[in-house]
Amino acid sequence: MMKAYLSVFRLRINMGLQYRAAALAGIATQFFFGFMFVMIFQAFYAHSVSTPPMTLAAVITYTWLKQAFLAFIMLWFRDNELFGLITSGNIAYEMCRPSDIYGLWYAKLLATRLSSALLRCFPILLITLILPRPYRLELPADLLTFVLFIAVLLVGLLMIVAISMLIYISVFVTMSPSGSIMLFAIFGEFLSGLIIPVPLMPGWMQHIVNALPFHWTADFPFRVFTGDLSKSEALVGLAAQAAWLIGLVALGKILMNKALRRVVVQGG
Amino acid sequence: MKLYFKYMLMLLRSEMQYRGSFLLMTFCQCLTPFVTFAGVYFMFERFGELKGWSFYEVALCFAVTQVAFSFTECFARGFDVFSSLVVSGNFDRLLVRPRSTVVQVLGSRFEFARIGRLLLSAGVLVWAASQIEASWTPLKVVALVLMVVSGVVIFTGIFILAAAISFWTVQGLEVANIFTDGGREMIQYPLNIYHKWVKRFFTFIIPFACVNYLPLLYILGRDGADHPLYALLPLIGIVFIAPCLLVWRIGVRHYRSTGS
Repeated sequence: MMKAYLSVFRLRINMGLQYRAAALAGIATQFFFGFMFVMIFQAFYAHSVSTPPMTLAAVITYTWLKQAFLAFIMLWFRDNELFGLITSGNIAYEMCRPSDIYGLWYAKLLATRLSSALLRCFPILLITLILPRPYRLELPADLLTFVLFIAVLLVGLLMIVAISMLIYISVFVTMSPSGSIMLFAIFGEFLSGLIIPVPLMPGWMQHIVNALPFHWTADFPFRVFTGDLSKSEALVGLAAQAAWLIGLVALGKILMNKALRRVVVQGG
Repeated sequence: MKLYFKYMLMLLRSEMQYRGSFLLMTFCQCLTPFVTFAGVYFMFERFGELKGWSFYEVALCFAVTQVAFSFTECFARGFDVFSSLVVSGNFDRLLVRPRSTVVQVLGSRFEFARIGRLLLSAGVLVWAASQIEASWTPLKVVALVLMVVSGVVIFTGIFILAAAISFWTVQGLEVANIFTDGGREMIQYPLNIYHKWVKRFFTFIIPFACVNYLPLLYILGRDGADHPLYALLPLIGIVFIAPCLLVWRIGVRHYRSTGS
């Protein structure tokens, strides 16, 4: 059973690695945007009236991590093949396969994100590590923090794939991918701290953000990295992430089974 | 020109076939600037000001950019998806027709759903304009309108330029996003908050400054920018379209069909 998922996973990784030129273009774009965000934050920090809850260095590191791991944290990563399956009715073939569709699609989506991130994150991380001071990506204080960061980043990745599975499942009902993907993507982006880091939001907004799963996928790992969150907070967060992950996957499976039972395929 | 409106009407009719989906998309479209704008608002709530610019002043800048960009996306989207025409070889069909290629590509796609975005940004524009501390004179209103018009022209120019690249590369380049989406994100804030080289690039290479903070300084009556010529600066931005069209024409001549 696991082997089937693994081979789908490997196929996808290889496919993604084909597009090296696209990755290079992507890296250039990420750098441009990264510098722009850094400059905007610098300008805001330059004349700050009160002490902000996050240092400028932490915000800059946060920004570079965001640019490097964009493929891990973006909700709008869409797989048109899967949408095509649902809307064209080819889902019937998928249903004939002897393995669970949820697991198969999950592996596919996970691999697409991983291959895209693998190509893009290392150049960005390497270069930002050696940039001159105010722009530099600051490494965490000790090794343990770094290990924790990797752990929470990966669980965050598993969470975001589980969330995006919900988007795909919603297409079974709406039959048009653009609407549900946009709603999720727009609010998800804001709620996971990609527009402005969560600590910089006003208090009432932070309450909303903390009640939802999105911030665990981006804001939380990055703040573990910058040291904004302590190690014990990171561990507690890891447990919360795991709980959310189990909940999201369970919800996805239930909804998927429901949707599949009602699926109507027109011949054609 | 008549042809262009005919294209427009045709696409509008086909879009209206799916009314529910269209309305939903329109609604979603207006959420994108809304969320970004919320980010700007929260930043100001936290930091108070931005290098001497107040919230409403930046909001005005933001709104001008968004109105110009969404207007461009609504009408010049054909250039944004142009590389697919080259890849599929369908551009050949446009070439044999006795009309200008620019009009045909322009007319190949309209994103009416972007009107949602346009309306929201226009709302922000009016709101911010009424809140800033400026004494509105007729010339200032003209300057504001020119800013939007010139913004549309510059963005269209960039779209054309980005599309023209695919005459040489066949595949569209993601790097072009730096100037379309990146340009939009960038000039949401007054350009003088950035580094000198960025400011220079977006003043002299791509004349965004002409629609951004220079006329804004005039509207706000800031230091030394009270000469009425500042109000007419956006007109210079319009000139930017000329080299873009030139590149397009060279590209068309260079075009070799992919054959598929």
